[in-house]
Amino acid sequence: MATTASARPSLFQRLPVISQVRSSVGLQRGMLIAGLLLTGIFVLTAIFAPLLAPYGFAQLRDDDGAFGALQEPSAAHLLGTTTGGYDVLSRLIWGARTALYVIVVAVIASIVVGVALGLIAGYFGGWLDRILVVVADALYSFPSLLLAIVVAIVVSGGQSSMWGGILAAALSITVIFIPQYLRVTRAEVVRIKSEPFVESARVIGASHARIMTRHVLRNSTRTLPLIITLNASEAILTLAALGFLGFGIEPTAAAEWGYDLNRAVSDVTSGIWWTALFPGLAIVLSVMGLTLVGESLNDLADPRLRRRAAGGEPAEDLLAPEGDPGSGDGDTDLAEASATPMTKEGTV
Amino acid sequence: MTDVVQIRDLSVTFATDAGAVRAVDGVTLDVHAGEVLAVVGESGSGKSVTASSILGLLPETASVGGAVVVTGRDGHEVDVATLKGDALRELRGETAAMVFQEPSTSLNPVYTVGWQIAEGLRAHRRISKKAARAEAIDVMRRVGIPDPETRVDHYPHQFSGGQKQRVVIAQALALNPGVIVADEPTTALDVTVQAEILDLLRRCRDEFGAAIVLITHNMGVVADLADRVAVMYQGKVVEQADVRELFAEPREAYTRQLLGSVPRIGVGLARAAERASRRSPEWDAAAPVVEARDLRIVYPGRLRQPDFVAVDGVSFAIRPGEVLGLVGESGSGKTTIGRAMAGLTPVSGGSLSVLGVEMLAAKERAIRPIRSRVGFVFQDPATSFNPLLTIAQCIAEPLVVHGRFRNPAAARGRVDELLEAVQLPRSYGDRFPHELSGGQRQRASLARALALDPELLIADEPTSALDVSVQARVLDLFDELHRELGFAALFISHDLAVVDMLADRIAVLHRGALVEEGTGARVLGDPQDPYTQRLLASLPVPDPEEQARRRAEWEAMRA
Repeated sequence: MATTASARPSLFQRLPVISQVRSSVGLQRGMLIAGLLLTGIFVLTAIFAPLLAPYGFAQLRDDDGAFGALQEPSAAHLLGTTTGGYDVLSRLIWGARTALYVIVVAVIASIVVGVALGLIAGYFGGWLDRILVVVADALYSFPSLLLAIVVAIVVSGGQSSMWGGILAAALSITVIFIPQYLRVTRAEVVRIKSEPFVESARVIGASHARIMTRHVLRNSTRTLPLIITLNASEAILTLAALGFLGFGIEPTAAAEWGYDLNRAVSDVTSGIWWTALFPGLAIVLSVMGLTLVGESLNDLADPRLRRRAAGGEPAEDLLAPEGDPGSGDGDTDLAEASATPMTKEGTV
Repeated sequence: MTDVVQIRDLSVTFATDAGAVRAVDGVTLDVHAGEVLAVVGESGSGKSVTASSILGLLPETASVGGAVVVTGRDGHEVDVATLKGDALRELRGETAAMVFQEPSTSLNPVYTVGWQIAEGLRAHRRISKKAARAEAIDVMRRVGIPDPETRVDHYPHQFSGGQKQRVVIAQALALNPGVIVADEPTTALDVTVQAEILDLLRRCRDEFGAAIVLITHNMGVVADLADRVAVMYQGKVVEQADVRELFAEPREAYTRQLLGSVPRIGVGLARAAERASRRSPEWDAAAPVVEARDLRIVYPGRLRQPDFVAVDGVSFAIRPGEVLGLVGESGSGKTTIGRAMAGLTPVSGGSLSVLGVEMLAAKERAIRPIRSRVGFVFQDPATSFNPLLTIAQCIAEPLVVHGRFRNPAAARGRVDELLEAVQLPRSYGDRFPHELSGGQRQRASLARALALDPELLIADEPTSALDVSVQARVLDLFDELHRELGFAALFISHDLAVVDMLADRIAVLHRGALVEEGTGARVLGDPQDPYTQRLLASLPVPDPEEQARRRAEWEAMRA
């Protein structure tokens, strides 16, 4: 409808993810909603862990005495207990919290550093740009897990308190992610830099700092939500891998899915399934949720991949441009509907 | 006369993010065998969509109603609107072919042109590589590419723009189709090349007997080439007539308006004379705002490539309140000069002084003081605004940067004045750039350039991305503002007629050198340089009778 198209959608409807859900259809919408659901469950579990978990993550006994190791799922322990005598369900729920902490710290740290470096490298170019790109490439060429292990050892120094472990995992992931943000931001900035509106800011006489913050930065962050979701899922995997390899967090400091999986390796062969299955499922589902969101956002951001509702008969003619001035304002631009007008001569 | 294409009650609807959009609404058209039918209209009028439907080239998001019946040379009739898959492929190339707007992107850069012409032949007939190659050479010769035996093995980048378009036309002609759809075939080309391509298209009709559906917005091209004209507006055909009849006595108001807004050479002379009469006698002695002496601008070459000299030995001056029109084809260095005056491109040699600042080897710090005294209007209104700021914020930007106001909100009063000056309603300040049409955006761009009351305005092809009726309004506005504010201006354009409307003096650039400079009356009325003469002769005028005469002259000049 011309009327609804010209009216600005409310702020809520323009929020990043919400607007995408509204614009999607069919399978793409299903994927996005499934991803959002899984991610939502993950985040809510992490936030409300103290309320949801029946026991503490390091709890070995309650008023009735010790839990006992490798108890089968029962009314007292819905998902059974581990070799170490912890409640599986409780560690699962508390583990979500650890994962979320790591994601938040890792993503925030890498965005701040990566975007700032990418902005400076892309905008000024020259030798600084070259050095930053070479360093980023060098970091890329390291196996990311090896890098994460090294950083984890350096940061925690062998200690493994909860925040020590979380920071170690988060920072090691940050080191891997910074080159990604740097490269993506830099590429966008290089593109935006040559746009006429940046040149027009230069002609106006705006300073470099003003051009960078007001004109370039905000226009070059469009792809970031996508990388954030994809990186978040990668962060969970890296954290789990660190835990699995024994560079994670001690069970008494915080619950961590990778560590639980590690402990459960020997159980599987002896027919004890509940200790390995549930932490494994938790990792798979949370990673899948985030990846689905990321991939759907990617598809929806690209008009060529985005599906649209099949074209029916238009309710009224939409030949007038979007945001049509309507009549009576003295403007009668003829059928200038095209959003990208043909350039009748290339620039010299 | 038989009809090769019969379009009956065609309607095309696109599914977009904003809902369904009807691009073509009940169009009925016939294309007779061996004629040139021009479909004219402004952007968004549905002319390209109508023509694409002849080859079934509409995207998946389109739903088509009505019938498009195409008749082959063998008399076989098919309705393209219902065709799918193999049947559609058979039609394309064999019965109907297409010539696209941009020759540089419609050829595949990794194959030789001979291979690309032969590809169509081999898709439709069982034919040996050798025979296909021989046919490709033959058709290249017929479209006027010299030395086709060697050129057939060359890649697209080894051809000039005009020759590439010849190759594209050769590709279309290879299978001898009954109808060729040419979508803005000369829009991306320079005027002098355009005349040659139009000549070739005329030969396609006369020698190959092909009907041509010519889609264009350029009324000069229509007058030059078309036999019959269909005028489209908002998805409907508003008028269909013989070309002479249409230009002589257009029936519909829209057609009259369209024809009226086409700039014609000679209109500007009166305006220039009127401006000159208002100037005081001592005006001539005033210090020039801009003075270039032996200006040289070089783009450094990349590894092992020679430097590219964009501008060489150009001298000119712009005095206060004077409009200098800079005309040239693409690659002539006209935009480079404009950018150098704004400090966007470094000057390599000679001297360029803008408002008293020498731009040769000038540092950004030296240029900054004159920034507030120079305004710049960019070519493409779609990209010259920050998409995340409202129009008011964009226009306020120079005011805030130069400390006239503390923030965009405080500058709103002045912004409203500026919006009114460029005839936009105040409420448009709260809109985002993409919510404005091209012409409105270009007016806002003018408002931004004039925000600080500059002494010098540089306008780089400000109307070349606009439709002709919108262009006319923007040009009128420019003239009006110039009269009120009295700034000096450099007006860059490839279109002599546009420059003629506004400029006091005209400078003609050719390959980086200034070939002619003088008052509009002198340069356009009595051109001395052969290049200027050629440029003027190649410019098609929107009048079939007059254009036929000029074409004869042009052919004589070429011979």
